[in-house]
Amino acid sequence: MGTLLFASFFSSPLWYYLLAIIAAALLIGFMLVSAIFSVWLERKVAGRIQDRLGPTRVGGKFGWLQTLADGMKLLVKEDIIPASADQMLFRVGPYIALAGSFTAFLALPFGNMLVGLDLNIAILFMLAVMSSEVFGIILIGYGSGSKWALFGGMREAAQMVSYEIPMAITVLVPVIVAGSMNLNEITLQQRGIWNWYLFHDPFTFCAFWTYFTCAMASCKRAPFDLAEAESELVAGFHTEYSGFRWLVIFMAEYGSMFAVSGIAAIMFLGGWSLGLPWELTDVFAGITGNATAGLWIGNLLNMVVFIGKCWFLVFVMMWVRWTLPRLRIDQVMMTCLKYLLPISCFLLIGVATWQLVLPPSVRTIAQLAIFGLTMLGLVLAILKLLATAKDVPGTGMPSMWQMTNVTGYQGAKQ
Amino acid sequence: MIGLEHYLFLGALLFVCGVVCMATKRNAIGVLIGVELVLNGANVNLVAFARYNPAFEIEGMIFSLLVIVLAAAEAAVALAIVLNFYNNHSTVDVDSAEELRG
Amino acid sequence: MSPFTNLEPFLFWTIACITGGCAIACVVTHNIVRSATWLLFALAGTSGIFFLLGADLVGAIQLLVYVGGTMILVVFGVMLTAQGPFISMRTSSGEWAVSVAAGLLLLSVLSVAISKIGKPTPPSGSTVAQYAPKTTLAEGMTKEGETNEVASKSPYSMAIGQGFLGVGVGPAHKETVNGKETVVRASYLLPFEIVSVHLLVALIGAAYLARAKRRKEAAV
Repeated sequence: MGTLLFASFFSSPLWYYLLAIIAAALLIGFMLVSAIFSVWLERKVAGRIQDRLGPTRVGGKFGWLQTLADGMKLLVKEDIIPASADQMLFRVGPYIALAGSFTAFLALPFGNMLVGLDLNIAILFMLAVMSSEVFGIILIGYGSGSKWALFGGMREAAQMVSYEIPMAITVLVPVIVAGSMNLNEITLQQRGIWNWYLFHDPFTFCAFWTYFTCAMASCKRAPFDLAEAESELVAGFHTEYSGFRWLVIFMAEYGSMFAVSGIAAIMFLGGWSLGLPWELTDVFAGITGNATAGLWIGNLLNMVVFIGKCWFLVFVMMWVRWTLPRLRIDQVMMTCLKYLLPISCFLLIGVATWQLVLPPSVRTIAQLAIFGLTMLGLVLAILKLLATAKDVPGTGMPSMWQMTNVTGYQGAKQ
Repeated sequence: MIGLEHYLFLGALLFVCGVVCMATKRNAIGVLIGVELVLNGANVNLVAFARYNPAFEIEGMIFSLLVIVLAAAEAAVALAIVLNFYNNHSTVDVDSAEELRG
Repeated sequence: MSPFTNLEPFLFWTIACITGGCAIACVVTHNIVRSATWLLFALAGTSGIFFLLGADLVGAIQLLVYVGGTMILVVFGVMLTAQGPFISMRTSSGEWAVSVAAGLLLLSVLSVAISKIGKPTPPSGSTVAQYAPKTTLAEGMTKEGETNEVASKSPYSMAIGQGFLGVGVGPAHKETVNGKETVVRASYLLPFEIVSVHLLVALIGAAYLARAKRRKEAAV
């Protein structure tokens, strides 16, 4: 009787509603945890780069519960809506932004077929829904009824709409190579680190850097964070926000950071592949002799690898943010329209020509050469970094900046 | 069970909303919003036909794609006209566009 | 029968109510930015309808072009032409009454017309966003001797792309070529090119129109 009940339950539509709710809850939960972690990481990275410690107290050694404490503080804050604000737009704006950012996660595969919605046009879908985030930002800026917010919103809209174009075009470069817009399939084609589309040909190699620049700009991260340039616009489009709605805006921002990093990881860096020439789910299916078990075990590892890659890219964004100064608004627009847009068009045409004209043997040689050169460059850069780290601060500087008789500095042991 | 007529009715509703929007809004941009609604109603119809009539399974979608693209172009030109209109009349009230009355 | 089939009415009614409600709200509201917001929801709902109909490419393009592009343009237009902070232009109730009456009349005419059509059933194997591979579409896209997995997995997106590139994917019709009667399928290369040129023209035209000099008193 019981089994019969279960059987009828599992085949009923109710089970699918339940499954859908569970999956959506998992994704929202992941996005929340990811945002909490990213905020903590951001503060730690900022601290380290600026030669300070960042949060240290809450939750033990590294202050890893700091964000949770901040979030709780934000939740109990008074919810203020300015009298001059448009009530409805002010209320609804953050949720539109969050919806745009969250919906992108639906099509983002975390492992082999570990995806909410296995769309054939997943990458297009992700770009489409992430582009709707900007409308929320505009509503936030406009509905606040404040000049700072309006300026921030306008800048943000101009910037995001402009950067979306080169971003979409550079994403098309690996799509041309892969011959598919299905993210799952694109990842499966990149088994083995030398097969990552980053190394496929010179055009995809350049496309990665172009894409990442555009992605940073469309996530309004520094050096492109004109929308919230605090020295000019107080806090930009979210000047008037406080409490929970402010939290939602930031969840949307960190969510879209993770999403664009996810796209970069999948399109260029092999997605969930560790760099081995085998797909882990197949390997574990072979070992256990059970396809389902292999799928679960393999995907657990895949998920860890994929999230690790995404968080690494998020870390790079933070690194850039706390290292480079902010651009001016005209410089931001010029970078996009005068440089990134022509570059991305050139890359698109170039990769199509490359695929059509060159014979496969030449392409393979070029791929291996790019892979080898990149690895060589990476090793050299690491060696150089290690050497620099051992130097006394100010070694490369003119003599007046060089350290003489400094006591108490522990960083460089001689 | 959802049939073709449900989708067609939704398309008709969007279409009528767009027409009423065009008729009632005095703001030129409001009129533009009405046009977008009308085009969307047509698009719903096209895609529904594509789904329910095997002969048009690709045609309907291609038409709707073309409509979407043309709507974007139309919006760009219309907004440029609205901006120009605003520069000349200092308002976007379409009732003030009566110089060609003759 | 797939259990997903049972989801269709629920999803349809949910999305359709949201879309229709937002479209009506878009008409009723006086504030133009709120109207644009309701339009945004209506457009997003329409793209949901497209996904429901299995046209995921059209749905995604709808989101990309409308929500990401056109709506931004509209709101920009509002911001550039707004004198007050939140403009609203009221229409007289007489005009409202006439327009709504005309609209209801139009809706009833359309409803009668819709009720007159038969009840075509969708092709077999139809489920929500899970359409069966159609051999009619995949044929002609695959080189001989190779199975095209992508084509069988995504018949619509693939076919639309191929159609725009000049491969015959449209409705078949008979044509006499060299005295031999063959079945030819329509392709959409020409419309695609026309639309591209049209876009270019619209781009240049919009840029030209918007470049016109501002009158001094208009610059508030």
